Amino acid sequence: MSVEIKNLSHTYSEGSPFEFKALKDVNITIEDGSFIGIIGHTGSGKSTLIQHLNGLLTPTSGSVLVDGKDIFDAKKAELIALRHHIGLVFQYPEHQLFEETVQKDVAFGPKNQGLSEEEIDQRVKQSIKMVGLDFDAIKDKSPFELSGGQMRRVAIAGVLAMEPSVLILDEPTAGLDPRGREEILAQIKSLHNQKKITVILVSHSMEDIGKMVEKILVMNEGEVVFFDTPNRVFTEITTLESIGLAVPEVTYLMRRLKEKYPEIREDIFTVEAAKNEILKVIRG
Amino acid sequence: MLKDVTIGQYYPTGSVIHKLDPRTKILFTTAFVVMLFFLNNLWGYLATFVILATITLLSKIPVGYIIRGIKGLVLIIMLTVVLNLFMTPGTVVATLGPLTVTLEGLKVATYMALRLIFLVVGTSIMTLTTSPIDLTDGMEWCMRFIPFVRRYAHELAMMMSIALRFIPTLMEETERIMKAQKARGANFETGNIISRAKNLIPILIPLFISAFRRADELATAMEARCYRGGENRTRMKQLAFEFRDGTSLVLMVVMIVGLYLTTMIQIPLLFPV
Amino acid sequence: MTMESNNRMIDVRDVHFAYPHNNENESVVALDGVSLHIKKGEFVGIIGHNGSGKSTLSKLLNAIIFPTQGDVIVSGLNTKNHENLWTIRQTAGMVFQNPDNQLVATIVEEDVAFGPENLGVPPQEIRERVDRALAVVEMQAYAHQKPHQLSGGQKQRIAIAGILAMEPECIIFDEPTAMLDPSGRREVMETIKRLNRDKDMTVIHITHFMEEIIAADRIIVLDKGKVVMEGEPRTIFRQVKRLKEIGLDVPQMTELAYELRSEGLKIADDVLSIEEMVDALCQ
Repeated sequence: MSVEIKNLSHTYSEGSPFEFKALKDVNITIEDGSFIGIIGHTGSGKSTLIQHLNGLLTPTSGSVLVDGKDIFDAKKAELIALRHHIGLVFQYPEHQLFEETVQKDVAFGPKNQGLSEEEIDQRVKQSIKMVGLDFDAIKDKSPFELSGGQMRRVAIAGVLAMEPSVLILDEPTAGLDPRGREEILAQIKSLHNQKKITVILVSHSMEDIGKMVEKILVMNEGEVVFFDTPNRVFTEITTLESIGLAVPEVTYLMRRLKEKYPEIREDIFTVEAAKNEILKVIRG
Repeated sequence: MLKDVTIGQYYPTGSVIHKLDPRTKILFTTAFVVMLFFLNNLWGYLATFVILATITLLSKIPVGYIIRGIKGLVLIIMLTVVLNLFMTPGTVVATLGPLTVTLEGLKVATYMALRLIFLVVGTSIMTLTTSPIDLTDGMEWCMRFIPFVRRYAHELAMMMSIALRFIPTLMEETERIMKAQKARGANFETGNIISRAKNLIPILIPLFISAFRRADELATAMEARCYRGGENRTRMKQLAFEFRDGTSLVLMVVMIVGLYLTTMIQIPLLFPV
Repeated sequence: MTMESNNRMIDVRDVHFAYPHNNENESVVALDGVSLHIKKGEFVGIIGHNGSGKSTLSKLLNAIIFPTQGDVIVSGLNTKNHENLWTIRQTAGMVFQNPDNQLVATIVEEDVAFGPENLGVPPQEIRERVDRALAVVEMQAYAHQKPHQLSGGQKQRIAIAGILAMEPECIIFDEPTAMLDPSGRREVMETIKRLNRDKDMTVIHITHFMEEIIAADRIIVLDKGKVVMEGEPRTIFRQVKRLKEIGLDVPQMTELAYELRSEGLKIADDVLSIEEMVDALCQ
């Protein structure tokens, strides 16, 4: 599914003294099957933007086209149906768990879609597996007796079970320990590779973004600063720093190394790539 | 949005009313509310209006802001007016089909409406001019003079203050959970009342769980900061009566006497005595 | 008392701790024979994956929970002894993970005053302490704000000020940056480092972000309720393989050095920062 954002603006509490322009004339196209990263400091408009994509927020002006169709022209019922195709995983999604068992909780989404019992069972099983949990061992447990990392994954499974064609994740690794972070990211990556769904990842970690995505959307004060490949975005160190962002540590390293090795590439943002480049340059 | 709820809001302007000791304002408001129920003719309501108008002007709070507070109660006021208007027996002045309007009904309805409006305006001036924390401190002090409640004065005040602290947090949380469930296809907008009520479960359960978790963490944090109830506890801010509080309390006595005197006026105003 | 014990801030002696478990009547062992000591003025980082016992340890140090076996001694006082309770909590302050769930009052300065008020400090002195504490965390300008209007990083700084106003000798930070964005994390880390450097505050910092403890005096690694590694950051982080095995990270530069070494490049294995990496590669 392609998502086209056209002249999108959003103003909170318009006309009141608390008026706040969260989005200002945003124009981007997210192609079907792509992997997009969104970065920007808190209050840059990231959350407001992603909540427009599945119609949770209504634009002050502008439109969002999903597969060419303006979602805000749609009737309420259609809008609700649209939410099934665009899965949104909020920050700390484990805070939305409420059912007695893991199985029931994951089934909440598909049930709302009005699917048949068999279909629901099938999807629940599949999505719990997709997040790397053992279905039989976990299905009858209460979601509240799981560890933090497991709860997080059950919550993500709850969105996956709706089989969205676009999956949006708002800081899916926040508050997890290093292993938990790594596992979640690996699962998102493999999900994207296997199911070819469009993934939009909001993250504060430049390292994770650099490792995972094809294109980065940089937001600042409600505006799009860049929307380009990591290679291009992460070489704009000065601009990024001026809006309170940074580049991956290895990118800083490469820039420093350039003083001694002028031929070294600067558009490096993973440890793996840095290793290869350093070896190439040093060994000649 | 839930965040727009304005009941009990504080509106700082730095006026002389704001600077009064919260205890003075609590006492004054209590006396005012009690007096409202003694009034028995329009002279009294006229006097009350003058008192309220003076205080409002002194508080420098925009009149529109205060009126907005009454708006939320329009329904209740209307209901009271309608009920009293048609249900009071007495001299009939008009008939509307099976319903009759009596002179007594007209009188009671007017008094009730005025009483309610003045009650809301009077108390909201207190909350608008007193920060929640001052209000809590003031109430804690006042509670010390009420038997039975006295023992729990500190605990009650602490609970109130924590509630005030967490209301905005829980409001935001409710909105977040609601959105998260909507993203999972939950429907809060359509359906009959029963299905709507059932649809609240996915919001209420996470909200309760989160509130309990917060309460637990907060209790731990309070213990870690040596909280052990009200005993031997000191306060950074000490309430202190000042000259203006003395003046206000004198004015309060004048108000009580004045309003009491209006009940004795035998000259009819609009309604017969 | 010898010089040595005079210098001790915290002593943990063979501590065991088990949480009673309701469901199957089994208790869950969180700490299994932990011994460690922390010197006055030290900055100690504690790492370990979730469930390794870090949080349990931090709560033991603050006398919120008590060892099932062994002793925790804070500034010479045993937490087992109940009359020491309030002195210990005042001596070893604690900052928690969730910035929202540790602020009590509706106004910033009232919240900072909460601790000293509980200690029964005279009003005038509370006022002075609150002003001082807010100055240390550079939040004076926000004294009259409401906590929910602040950013996560600012809320944590207020929480730190609230502890400082109790005038502790030591502060335990239990993942104070876990819920913050990078700028909030930076604010809080700068505040913590400044406290240790300028105010000589003993700091115990529990975290999942290895970059935050590169400059620590010492790092303690917990796994399955036991201390498995202990030493200077350099000696800990050079053991990349071992740390990864127990589910932990190493700083990016250390990882890069490790990768380069495994490709046969001759480079030191204890590189921690970009600076050191540049030096190592540009000799």
